[in-house]
Amino acid sequence: MIPLDQLLRGEKAQIETIETDKLPLKLIEMGCLPGNSIALIQKAPFNDPLYLKIDESHLAIRKETAKNIFVRLIE
Amino acid sequence: MSTPVKIALLGNPNTGKTSVFNALTGLSQKVGNYPGITVEKKEGICKLNHNTKGLLIDLPGTYSLNASSIDESVVIELLLNKKSKDFPDVAVVVTDVENLKRNLLLFTQVKDLEIPTLLVINMADQMKRKGISLDLPLLEQTLDTKIVLISTRENRGLEELKKTILDYRQLSTSPTIAINSIDEKYFKDLEKTFPNQSLYKLWLVITQDVNFAKIDRKRVSDATDFKTQPASYLKRMQQKETIKRYQFINNVLKQGLTINREAAIDLRSRLDRVLIHKVWGYAIFFIVLLTIFQAIFHWSSIPQDIIDSGFVSLSERLKNNLPEGVFTNLLTEGIISGLGGIVIFIPQIAFLFLFISILEESGYMSRVVFLMDRGLRRFGLNGKSVIPLISGTACAIPAVMATRNIENWKERLITILVTPFTTCSARLPVYSILIALVIPEGSFFGLNYKGLMLMGLYLLGFGMALLAAWVLSKTLSITSKSYFVVEMPNYKLPLLKNVGITVWEKTRTFVTEAGKIILAISILLWILASYGPGKDFNNAEQIVRQNHPELNANALEIKTNAYKLENSYIGILGKSIEPIIAPLGYDWKIGIALISSFAAREVFVGTLATIYSVESDNEDTIKNKMGSELRADGTPLFNLASGISLMLFYAFAMQCMSTLAIVKKETNSWKWPMVQLFGMSILAYIVALSTYQILA
Repeated sequence: MIPLDQLLRGEKAQIETIETDKLPLKLIEMGCLPGNSIALIQKAPFNDPLYLKIDESHLAIRKETAKNIFVRLIE
Repeated sequence: MSTPVKIALLGNPNTGKTSVFNALTGLSQKVGNYPGITVEKKEGICKLNHNTKGLLIDLPGTYSLNASSIDESVVIELLLNKKSKDFPDVAVVVTDVENLKRNLLLFTQVKDLEIPTLLVINMADQMKRKGISLDLPLLEQTLDTKIVLISTRENRGLEELKKTILDYRQLSTSPTIAINSIDEKYFKDLEKTFPNQSLYKLWLVITQDVNFAKIDRKRVSDATDFKTQPASYLKRMQQKETIKRYQFINNVLKQGLTINREAAIDLRSRLDRVLIHKVWGYAIFFIVLLTIFQAIFHWSSIPQDIIDSGFVSLSERLKNNLPEGVFTNLLTEGIISGLGGIVIFIPQIAFLFLFISILEESGYMSRVVFLMDRGLRRFGLNGKSVIPLISGTACAIPAVMATRNIENWKERLITILVTPFTTCSARLPVYSILIALVIPEGSFFGLNYKGLMLMGLYLLGFGMALLAAWVLSKTLSITSKSYFVVEMPNYKLPLLKNVGITVWEKTRTFVTEAGKIILAISILLWILASYGPGKDFNNAEQIVRQNHPELNANALEIKTNAYKLENSYIGILGKSIEPIIAPLGYDWKIGIALISSFAAREVFVGTLATIYSVESDNEDTIKNKMGSELRADGTPLFNLASGISLMLFYAFAMQCMSTLAIVKKETNSWKWPMVQLFGMSILAYIVALSTYQILA
């Protein structure tokens, strides 16, 4: 299990746990929930923000937020 | 006529909710504000059938009923307040067929409020290309509602939507999930305390300010006292609620929706590969910026020249045809030139909003925000601050309005406060004449000094905006949750109708809102310049004739006008501030120009033209006159030191009443416009003072 900000570009993973208190509810409501799939599509220069596909949503979040999401790589 | 049906339009951002609103109402819409806050309230009327009208209210886009911004809290407050005159008879939730799962979250929440709710699935034209098929009868049954499939792009489904809205009384109002299943004990207690009330409504009232600390508005009901649990516990329950809702939605979609991914053609990844590339992404953004600048400064100069000469000839014609008198002078010199000062900005503002709305509609703007966030964050700004900073080069007024989509209040406030530092188009005429006057000929590596100076002033504007933002971010103690979640929407070809309505709406707002103020100030300036106390003003012609008996009629009139101005109220004002501005290298005449610049900076040139009593506004004549103006010791008034000092003063000072008025409106307080007025003007004074003292 690794924090989301360590995921590499193009890698696919599954969300294992999230630090509910440190995440905006909006992100959770957009599908950032344990069990859902997650993929890193692109990183902006200086590796921040991150462009992700979470479940079926495409969104960008800052690295500091991504540290509170823990994922497990798929294959 | 039967009573109109009140319809609330809800939906996630980027679902085409506003397209549905535009398609239903056309231009019969009105944009106002919710009382006390700056959230836009869009209402419109649509004919549902030959004798029933619908009153549509386009609520701000929201991902859920758990508000995280003041815009979103408007939605919840309306839906919870049955007594509001806007409380809807029917809620229409607009969804995008490609993001149905996430969009349905909001649908289940709205439906659980026991308001008749119908579901609109938009962008049906995309289904085939994306390989999506829906089993509508099954979905209607499992979601317990009516579903209308529409395409605003192809104008399909709108008639059916109107029919379904008319039959709103047949819509079911039973909730989709049992809210008490997320915590049996908690909800049992709640039910005991507030019997016979909808549990979900109570739950929303209790949690509505958990995630968003600063909703200053009054609470909807008294259930907020029921906080037997800490905020983090409530948030965990909200997470549980979200999971429950997604379980329900997943079950519904498992049978009702099939996606054949083979059939999908992915435009997104192909465009993203270029548009947010770490080299090409910035290069393309740079080209887009250049195009916008080109449009604002070059293309719009053609209609602007036409407008300018139109107003001049209108004023001339009225002057020649109306009987002479105070009223005619007020009309031709005060009101018409004031109106001209507003109308002249319409081409620039329209171009600016044309580009901005195309960039937003197409989905490109989110990519720019993504590219720029990291860099701007260093200065306490947000990726979304890019739009206002670009817009500011045309005019700070629309730029301040463009900060509305920054969710983080602190970052939004800083953006509003620093935007007026960017070089707006009103500074351009001031810079051009001063540069022509004081910057010597010559070049540096093939770039001439004058061009370099102008470029330097633009860069200085941006640089100061960033520096001020950095200082503000370190000093303002506003706690606002730093969060940044940006949806990266699909790329879309912008809808002409949406772009057109945006350009029309924004331009109209500018003309009416800012126009009122500019007009009032031009009239005031005219009065101050046309009247004066005492006999020096009233007997100006006699006095001038006595002192200069050698002058012919024409020269006498010019000299008289100058003498009148010197002794008018505004002239006296200019003289009274002379001691303050003398250390900067300015005399009382420049003082008058500084004061009148508060209406609009470009008034500077026109005021000096009147003061130096030149007959025409032709810039060369004014320039020559300014160039030959001497100080008491015989040196030129405009030299390198005073010229640069003046340019820097214009670069930094807050001299625009209209901007102050719009900042007051957007921040809902006089505090922030006053911070700008004094902060920027003091900065300008200090910089101009030290520049003059060093260079002189």
